[in-house]
Amino acid sequence: MTDVIATNQTILVVGGGISGMTAALEAAECGKNVVLVEKNPALGGRVSQLYRYFPKLCHPTCGLEINLRRLKQNPRIRVLTMAEVTAITGGEGDYSATVKLAPRYVNENCTACGECSKAVDAEVLDAFNYNLGKTKAAYLPHKMAYPQRYVLDPSIIGTADADKAKAACKYGAIDLDMKEETVQFKAGAVIWATGWKPYDAAKIQPYGYGRFSNVITSVEFERLADIHGPTKGKILRPSDGKEAKNIAFIQCAGSRDENHLRHCSRICCMASLKQTNYVREAYGDAGKSTIYYIDIRAIDRFEDFYQKVLKDPTVSFIKSKVAKVTQDEKSGDVILHGVNTEGYHRYATPHDLVVLAVGMEPSVTGANLPAEIVSDSSGFIEADPANHAFFGAGCASNPLDVNRAVQSATASALRAIQVVNRVARVEG
Amino acid sequence: MSEKYHNNFLKEVEEMVEEGEWVKMCMQCGVCAGSCPLGPHWAHPPQEIFMMIRAGKREEVLRSDSMWMCTSCYNCVVRCPRKLPITHIMHGLANYAHRLGLSPKNQPTQQFATLFWNNLAQTGRVNELKLSLGIYFKDGFAQGVKNAMAMQSVGLGMVKAKRLNPMELFGGHGVKDKTGFHAMLKKAKEIEDRRKNFA
Repeated sequence: MTDVIATNQTILVVGGGISGMTAALEAAECGKNVVLVEKNPALGGRVSQLYRYFPKLCHPTCGLEINLRRLKQNPRIRVLTMAEVTAITGGEGDYSATVKLAPRYVNENCTACGECSKAVDAEVLDAFNYNLGKTKAAYLPHKMAYPQRYVLDPSIIGTADADKAKAACKYGAIDLDMKEETVQFKAGAVIWATGWKPYDAAKIQPYGYGRFSNVITSVEFERLADIHGPTKGKILRPSDGKEAKNIAFIQCAGSRDENHLRHCSRICCMASLKQTNYVREAYGDAGKSTIYYIDIRAIDRFEDFYQKVLKDPTVSFIKSKVAKVTQDEKSGDVILHGVNTEGYHRYATPHDLVVLAVGMEPSVTGANLPAEIVSDSSGFIEADPANHAFFGAGCASNPLDVNRAVQSATASALRAIQVVNRVARVEG
Repeated sequence: MSEKYHNNFLKEVEEMVEEGEWVKMCMQCGVCAGSCPLGPHWAHPPQEIFMMIRAGKREEVLRSDSMWMCTSCYNCVVRCPRKLPITHIMHGLANYAHRLGLSPKNQPTQQFATLFWNNLAQTGRVNELKLSLGIYFKDGFAQGVKNAMAMQSVGLGMVKAKRLNPMELFGGHGVKDKTGFHAMLKKAKEIEDRRKNFA
């Protein structure tokens, strides 16, 4: 049985991505006790799935490493992975959380040696790579995974593969009898940092995602460019594995659209501008990026980044929301149809690969909460007094880039600290 | 009447054209133009029409045949990210241009619409025989005979199948209270004219 020691002066942080980690660390470094709950087997969230950050184009591993180091040093944070909050009851200063823990089948004896993975034959879809590839059914979620512990996929439990994995482990780390657990604990304040999910691109019917193999999303493109991705960092298109040198980026794929997401997701313009750098990095002058846009929203200081990409001769900009995408069955090329707003010229332009700059959908729903959480028309949690000590952080509260998500998380940590300080004064 | 709006065509459209108040919501993304099945045949796609309205190009817009090209397929309406009722705006603009007498002459959609309305307004029921003959003979007697001969087998087939009554040529069927029907149309026109400031 997993024990969680928590009181009314504990802060519960839901979501272990960059926002949740930041909120937990900031609160813990102020001397507060924190329980950090993460649904996946490892912390890091969507940031760990990025190839590079904008605007400095550094690797997210760097920022994650700093945060993980702070986390390992801090005894005030209790991390629960493969855990989902199913219900929260009570009120400000006196919440009670119910958390469901899925079995990992690997205990803390694991040294991440990888012998179990070698022993197992079965493969499962690699969620870390947005299911673009497969991974062994005994796997380390990703290279930077914290906790640095393997996971057995539940599909092999009860099969010969599970026994093989157990036999291969020299440290007695594999426990096939692990069961789902439910724990309950107290919390004074809740920081909801459940982040975002890429908008389901298949819902944008005319763009053919799911029907045409060479139409992919921006998050999948991050994995293609990453050395740990399914193509080992080579930008190859899915249909035939050909090098994709002529790439189209479609902006507002789901965002700013009353039929899909009514908000501007804010990050997608910068993400595509950043991704033109991946094309240039891979193919030099032979690479070609075309951005189809309504208008480029490189917010405030990112204007400099936009200006730099504008000067890149391998990148062209077409002011038009693409109306329709088709794929040529023989060549595998994708053809973009639409009308260019600058001159109203009709085009039908072939590209090797299309990247849909998908919007951010808040992933707020799921748990049973004590009261209706006040959120905006897109579902992002509002900073509203009616939410009491239930604070949105990062992309659960707004479509934000990493930098702004961290600022938002720090702000929410401060609000939560104020609540538990009040509780402490009352309780003495 | 239109003079006072001369320097502000957008405002005129908002006040006088059905659903015209939506025009300013267009963000010029171009999905309507790209989604239109007849797009390649329009002089100006809807997004361009909207921009022309905002630019005050009154004559170019109202004399254009573009909005008459709309076939009401509603592709643009379902795809518009701002949910503009584009089809309705196109019909509104066409109707407004027609009322002002600015619409292009000999535009087939307009000719058909006029024939249809005049046909319907007589008896309160569409007389399909007279309507189709009206279309056949719209370009003169000789062309009309040619058209009628070309469609002869279809026509006879319809007569045999009792889908077309030749006696409709003489009067034809109509609503019970024709006087009331005409009074109703007259009143509706009066109300609309008053609301839209037509003389």
